[in-house]
Amino acid sequence: MAGIELRGLTKVYPGGVKALDSLDLAIPDGEFFALLGPSGCGKTTLLRTIAGLETATGGAVVIGDRDVTGVQPGGRDVAMVFQDYALFPHMDVTDNIAYPLRIKKVAKGARRDKAAEVGARLGLEQLMDRRPGQLSGGQQQRVALARVMATQAQAFLFDEPLSNLDARLRLEARTFLKKLQRELGVTTVFVTHDQAEALAMADRMAVMEAGHIRQIGTPAEVFQRPANTFVAGFIGSTPMNLLDGVVRGDTLEVAGCKVAVPASAEGRLSDGEKIVYGVRPEYLAYSPEPGGGALGGKVAIVENLGASHLVTLDVNDVTVQAVVPEGSEPEIGDDGYATPRRDRALVYRDGELV
Amino acid sequence: MTRFVLGRIGFYTLIAVLLAFFTIPLLWLVTAPFTSDPTYEVKVPDFTLDNFRAVAEHPYALPSLYNSLVLSVGTAVLVVILAALAAYALSRVRLPGRDALLYALLLLSSIITGTAAMVPLFQLAVELNLIDSQLGLILILTGGLLPAAIFMLKDFMDSTPKSYEESARVFGATPLQIVRHVVVPLVRPGLATVGVWAVANVWGNFLMPYLLLSDVEKQPAAVITYTLYTEGGQANLSMLSTFGLLYSVPVVLMYLFVSKKYGFRFHGGIKR
Repeated sequence: MAGIELRGLTKVYPGGVKALDSLDLAIPDGEFFALLGPSGCGKTTLLRTIAGLETATGGAVVIGDRDVTGVQPGGRDVAMVFQDYALFPHMDVTDNIAYPLRIKKVAKGARRDKAAEVGARLGLEQLMDRRPGQLSGGQQQRVALARVMATQAQAFLFDEPLSNLDARLRLEARTFLKKLQRELGVTTVFVTHDQAEALAMADRMAVMEAGHIRQIGTPAEVFQRPANTFVAGFIGSTPMNLLDGVVRGDTLEVAGCKVAVPASAEGRLSDGEKIVYGVRPEYLAYSPEPGGGALGGKVAIVENLGASHLVTLDVNDVTVQAVVPEGSEPEIGDDGYATPRRDRALVYRDGELV
Repeated sequence: MTRFVLGRIGFYTLIAVLLAFFTIPLLWLVTAPFTSDPTYEVKVPDFTLDNFRAVAEHPYALPSLYNSLVLSVGTAVLVVILAALAAYALSRVRLPGRDALLYALLLLSSIITGTAAMVPLFQLAVELNLIDSQLGLILILTGGLLPAAIFMLKDFMDSTPKSYEESARVFGATPLQIVRHVVVPLVRPGLATVGVWAVANVWGNFLMPYLLLSDVEKQPAAVITYTLYTEGGQANLSMLSTFGLLYSVPVVLMYLFVSKKYGFRFHGGIKR
């Protein structure tokens, strides 16, 4: 097992596209780390550069204590699960799992034993003689994981490990992956474009945009205190309300309403300053009665989320969304008031958290 | 209604004539060898095996079939190995002007074994001391078939996803191991197709061996067929038909075998 460290890692594609721009990142030994970002942000390039499938233009990749920047993929002692799993279609499950050992010239008997052992651990006993074409998506994923486990590599790299599964299976696989990583304790980096997946599985995560890391932190930190408006807008299954506002003495004027200065920004704002006020729909208390420091408006849309409702308010032509628990949802056209939680609301100045 | 019926009758008559055009020579080929005195007609044979005995006694007939086998299999093996390596490289490595190179090769290849290049090829073979040598002939035939083979195989290689190879690479496989363990099994139907195509091409080639091999003991069946005359200078129909049948059987068998095994589907990619 080993940690992974990136120092000033830069990747420029021929043609001048800068996929990674001087990234620094330290992933300690045993961590389950997520690279999250919209498509084209460079997250897959970063993973492939760690694996050695892409060569870095500048900077260094360090795995354990070893600088592997110039080392071929096979010499880095990492193992990778590809988005399409890349199981060899002409080999059965046993041979697929044993393939890394075949490359390491392990004797055939020992190879088969190891494959059987790892396969059994992932519940593949009945499938060892099948070809990948005869397996379901979830089974293929487990074979790909078994193959990676058989390598006993220092670190695992997963490229969009869940994106090929259907929605229900994805939830199961999420839990399964997290449990497996915890048991194995191997440093694991995975790439995803799904913020819910990253929040659910990762110990820590990096949110990327256009070749830059915009925030590194635990899922709780990233969810509660997004470092900038990009992360704030990207994280959360219902997007954060980001409202333009102006500082007026010791209150904020947002969408024509007066709200209190959030606890995190107290004493750091100057009068008359233009800011962006951020609050998650989950941190807005909805009430049909007016109250001090509330964003008041008319209910425009009510969306059913199952155990709660997402209410869209039209506050002086500004859209504000609030999550309302089931049973107390309003009707369209009602007057509604949403009071932000002072300890959860945030203020952004020039796109960065205050 | 009558128009329709007449139209149908006309249509089927046309089909029947076309079919007969192709069937009658084949029927002749399977009946004439078993007839004691074959002519150009197709008639019910009297099931004699004398013709086969005559072919077996001919000093060059059966050895020439062996020569054909050596030439065609030798060429096919060379073509498949070289074309697979070249196609893999061309498919995976980005070269400026790669496609232009491929098309130029393809165009020029029809010249290499074509009539236009006969004289220079002959002179080249003489200079290299490869005249009257089966190896020389194999090399020249391989050169002629390679461009088209590379073109076909590159298509197969292009349609196999890169992630298989990358996966093997991360596990530490060397480029040759990747080709052996991953690429070759994935494009096996393509290799079989190219192999069969090469064998069939060489098996039926008359001009190249006729010009480059002067020793009758080295000549393949296609050239020997040309020498089967009676003492009077007439085509020896009993020998020709019998030898023709023996000459065509191996190719038909090969097609049946490979078609059964690989189905000759140009699918390239893999069900996933």
